Amino acid sequence: MNQDSFFALTDRLNASLSGSEVLFCTLNGEASDFVRLNRNRIRQAGHVQSSELGVMLTDGSRQVEGHCVLSGEMKTDLAQVRQVLARLRERLVEMPPDPYLHYATTASASSRFVGAQLPAAAELLATLIAAADGLDVVGIWASGDLSTGLASSLGHRHWHQSHSFNLDWSCYLETDKAVKASLAGLQWDGAALLQRLEALRHGLRIMARPARTLEPGRYRAYLAPAAVNELLHMLSWGGFDLKNHRTQQTPLLQLVRGTRQFAPQITLHEEHQRGLAAGFTAEGFMKPDAVTLLAAGQFGECLVDARSGKEYGVAVNAAGDTPEALALAAGDMPEAEVLARLGTGLYVGNLWYCNWSDPNECRVTGMTRFGSYWVENGEIVCPIKVMRFDDSLFHLLGDRLEGVTCERELLLSAETYDGRSTDSALVPGLLVGGLTLAL
Amino acid sequence: MLLRFFDCALSAAAMWNRLRKNVVYFFINFLHLFTATMEQLTEYADRFLAQAPACDYWTLRLVAQDSDHLEVRQGVVEPSTLASSLGAMVTIVKSGGIGYAATSDLSVSGLSAAVARATTWAQAHARLGLFDASVHPRSSTRADYHAPVLESWKALSVNDKLALLHDANHALALDERIVDWSAWLTRQRSAHLLLTSDGGRIAQVFESVQPGLVAVANAGSQTQRRHGGGADWAQQGGLERLAAVHFVDDAPRVAEEALALLTAPECPSDIRDLLLLPSQMVLQIHESIGHPLELDRILGDERNYAGTSFVTPGMFGRYRYGSELLDVTFDPTVPGELVSMIADDVGTPARREYLIRRGILERPLGGALSQARAGLPGTAATRASSWNRPPIDRMGNINLEPGEGSLSDLIARVERGVLMDTNRSWSIDDSRNKFQFGCEWGRLIEDGELRGVVRNPGYRGISAEFWRSLDGVGGPETLEIRGVTNCGKGEPNQAVSVGHASPPCLFRDVAVFGGGA
Repeated sequence: MNQDSFFALTDRLNASLSGSEVLFCTLNGEASDFVRLNRNRIRQAGHVQSSELGVMLTDGSRQVEGHCVLSGEMKTDLAQVRQVLARLRERLVEMPPDPYLHYATTASASSRFVGAQLPAAAELLATLIAAADGLDVVGIWASGDLSTGLASSLGHRHWHQSHSFNLDWSCYLETDKAVKASLAGLQWDGAALLQRLEALRHGLRIMARPARTLEPGRYRAYLAPAAVNELLHMLSWGGFDLKNHRTQQTPLLQLVRGTRQFAPQITLHEEHQRGLAAGFTAEGFMKPDAVTLLAAGQFGECLVDARSGKEYGVAVNAAGDTPEALALAAGDMPEAEVLARLGTGLYVGNLWYCNWSDPNECRVTGMTRFGSYWVENGEIVCPIKVMRFDDSLFHLLGDRLEGVTCERELLLSAETYDGRSTDSALVPGLLVGGLTLAL
Repeated sequence: MLLRFFDCALSAAAMWNRLRKNVVYFFINFLHLFTATMEQLTEYADRFLAQAPACDYWTLRLVAQDSDHLEVRQGVVEPSTLASSLGAMVTIVKSGGIGYAATSDLSVSGLSAAVARATTWAQAHARLGLFDASVHPRSSTRADYHAPVLESWKALSVNDKLALLHDANHALALDERIVDWSAWLTRQRSAHLLLTSDGGRIAQVFESVQPGLVAVANAGSQTQRRHGGGADWAQQGGLERLAAVHFVDDAPRVAEEALALLTAPECPSDIRDLLLLPSQMVLQIHESIGHPLELDRILGDERNYAGTSFVTPGMFGRYRYGSELLDVTFDPTVPGELVSMIADDVGTPARREYLIRRGILERPLGGALSQARAGLPGTAATRASSWNRPPIDRMGNINLEPGEGSLSDLIARVERGVLMDTNRSWSIDDSRNKFQFGCEWGRLIEDGELRGVVRNPGYRGISAEFWRSLDGVGGPETLEIRGVTNCGKGEPNQAVSVGHASPPCLFRDVAVFGGGA
C-alpha cells in the first residue's frame, strides 16, 4: 500500500467519525523477498506482502485499540475497517475513562523516502552463490519495501518508506566452527560482498586450527562490535524504560541511585536522527533527534512513550520503551591496536543468547559464538570452544573497561519476527580486563 | 503486563523487546474479521481453486487469527486491544523447485499474483536449490480439528472480566513494597485451512484463553517478580481455564511470595540435588530436548540463527540421552495441550511417537521434508507461525512421561538440595548443550524436608550429561500440562506455541547458584 492509498483510506474513515470521536491510524507494510541459504544453496525462498493497520479510537477519555490486515484494495479494505470500527465502538462504551490516554493534539506532517531500487533478489542470490563457491554459506537474504504511515482525524499525516536489503549470513567449517558477516543497507555494493567473502575465507583459515578448550575463570577479552551490541540489547531490556525506572524494575537501579557506576567512556544515545526508523510515534508525537541515555558513565534520560509520559508527567521522546537506534560513543583505541592491547586473552566476535542472570546486579549470562579466538602476545592463535560467560555489566562497562575503539560499526537488525526490523546500532569494540567464564 | 518468553533463538532480549512493543502479538498477527469462520476461509479457497495453478504440486494455506486482550495494571484498565489477521500462503512445486508467496490480498487477482511470485521463486530454487523439490511431501489427507472449549469467551461480559481483573489487582496490592502489579486475560483464536492439489483439505481451529498475574516487590536495591494465575500455564480451551489455574485466588500467594523473596537469602552456590517443578521442567525439556532433536537443526538449516545441535544422525536408535527414567514423547493427542492437532501445516497426519524411550534416543523432531532429506523417521512437525511464514520443523507437544510417586516422595529422597519453580532466565549454546537457567522461586531441601525460601535460584549444566542425572520422576498425579507461547526460530523469524507436559523431576549433583555481582 502506498501513501496515497493509505491517506485516501484514512480520509474516508475520518469522515465517518461522529461526535467527539478521535481516530489515529498507523500502517506497517512490507513487500519482502526472503531467501534462506544452507550449504551455499537456496533452502527456502519466497515473498511476503502484508499491510497491517493499527487503530486507536477514542471518545472523550475512553480509548480502545484494534489491529487488522489490509488487502490493498480500497473497497475491500474500507468495508473491513468499518467493521473493525463498529466492533471497537461496541467495546469503547464498556471501557472506563483512561487516565493515561495520551496523543498529540497538534497536527503535523512528514514524508520520507530512503533507499533506491535494488537488482532483482534472484539475480543477487545467483551472484552470491557463485562468488561463495566452495564455502558452506548459511543464512538469510531479506529485501524489499518497508513502509510506516500515520494519519489521524486531528490532521496528522506522516509517511516513512524505505527500500533496503539485509544479508545475514555465516560460513561454517565444521560443527560449530564458523565465522559470521552481515551486509545490509540501502544500496547494493558488489565490491563489499567480495570484501566480506575474503574476510570470511581468512577467518575460516584460522578456524581450521585446533580449537582451544578454556577452563572457567576470568580472562582479558576484546568484545567486537557485534558482541557489544548483544550487551546493549540486554541494557535495552528494561534499562531505559521510564515505567521500569519508576517501579524499581530497571537493571540499572543501582546506577540511577549512584551506588554503582559505568566507566566515564560509556556514553550512549538513542539517535532517532539516523532516520532508518520512522520519526513519529503512533500517537502523533515527533521523536527528538537524540536522547542521551548514559553520559560519561552516569544515567541520563529514560525513554518515554506516550502512555508512560502521561502516567508520570514526562515529555514523550520515544515510540516505545526500548531503543531503536542506539549509538555507543567511540573511544580512542585504534582498532589496529586491539590485539596488542589485549595481549593474551579472548577475541570475542559474537555473543549469543544473553539473558539476565541477576538483574539487580546487572548480571548477564550468554554464550560466545561465531568468530571467537584465543589470543597470545597480541596474535590470534586459534579458535575457542564455545564458552558461557556470567558477569555484571557494572564490571564489563565499568571498573574492568580498559578501552573503546575509535572505529564503530553500524549494525542493522536482521530481526524479522514482526516484519523486517528497522532497528540499528552504531557500536565500537570494547577491551575489558576480565570476562568471567562460568561453563 | 509482563510477558514471559521461553525461547528465542538469537537474543532473549531482542525477543522481549519485540513483544514489549507488541503486547498482544503472542502469535504475530490476528484475524481481520473478528468472527471469521471456516466457511469464509472456504470461500477464499474456492477463488483459488477456480484458477488453480498448473504445476507439479501446490498448497494453499489460509490462516485467520484474532485476539482480545484485557488488562488492569495498578487498578487502571489498560487499553483494550482487539487484533486480527487474515492471509494466504501459496506454495508451488514445479520442475524440481519450490517457492512460496504470502499475501493479505485474497482477491482473485491477489491470489494470482501470489501464485506468480511463488512460481518465480520455484524457478530460482530449481536452478540453485539445496535439494530436488520432488522430495517435498504431498498430502491428500482430509480431516478436521477443533480445540476443546467448554466455556465460551463470551460467557462472561467485558464488565465481568474487568471486575475479575480489578479483584485480582486488589488482592495483589497487599503491601506498599509491592511497587507494580498487573492482571490480564487474553483470548486467541486461530482458524487454519490447508488445501492441496492432491485433494487434501485440513481444517483446524485452535483456541485459548491465557490469564496471568504478576507482582513486583522492591526493598532497597532488591527487586523481585513473581508470576501466577496461569501466566506460564497455557493450554487450549476457553474460560474454564480460569478455574483450572486459580485465577484471582492465586493473587495473594503471588504477592506474598514476591515479598518473601525480598528478605530471603541468596540461593547457595555449590553442587546439590535439584528438584524442578513442572513450571521449570517445561523450559528444561524445551531447550535441552526439544530443540536439539529438531531435524532442520541437524540438517544445518538453522546454523546462522537458532543454531545447530549436539545430536547427530548416527545417534538415533542407540544414544543414551538420559537415565532409564527418561521417556519423552511427541504427542499431539493430549486433550487441551497447546499443540494438540490433527495434522501439521503440510498435511502430515499427527500421531504420538516416542522420541526417547528408557533414556535411549529414538526419533528426531522433523517433518516429512526433513525426513526425506535426512533419511530418518520423524514426526508431524512442520508448522508455520502464521499465513505470512513458510512452515519449518517445530516442536509440537513434547512431553516427559510420568513415573511414580508424589512430590513429597521426591522431596523425601533429597538429603541436600534445592527446589526451583517458575522460569525467569534462559540461555543455552547454539548446539543446545551448555545451559544456564534461573527461576523465580527456590526452597532449600534438607534431610528430606522442605526448608526456607532462597532467592535468585539458578543452575547450570550440559544437556548431554544433565539428563543422565535424572533420578526421580513424579507419578501421573503430579503431571502438569503446560507449554510456552513464544518459541522463536527460523529465518524469517517465527514465534509459535509449544506444548510441554511434565511431572516434577529430581536430578542429582547439579551446579546451583544464587544472585550477586
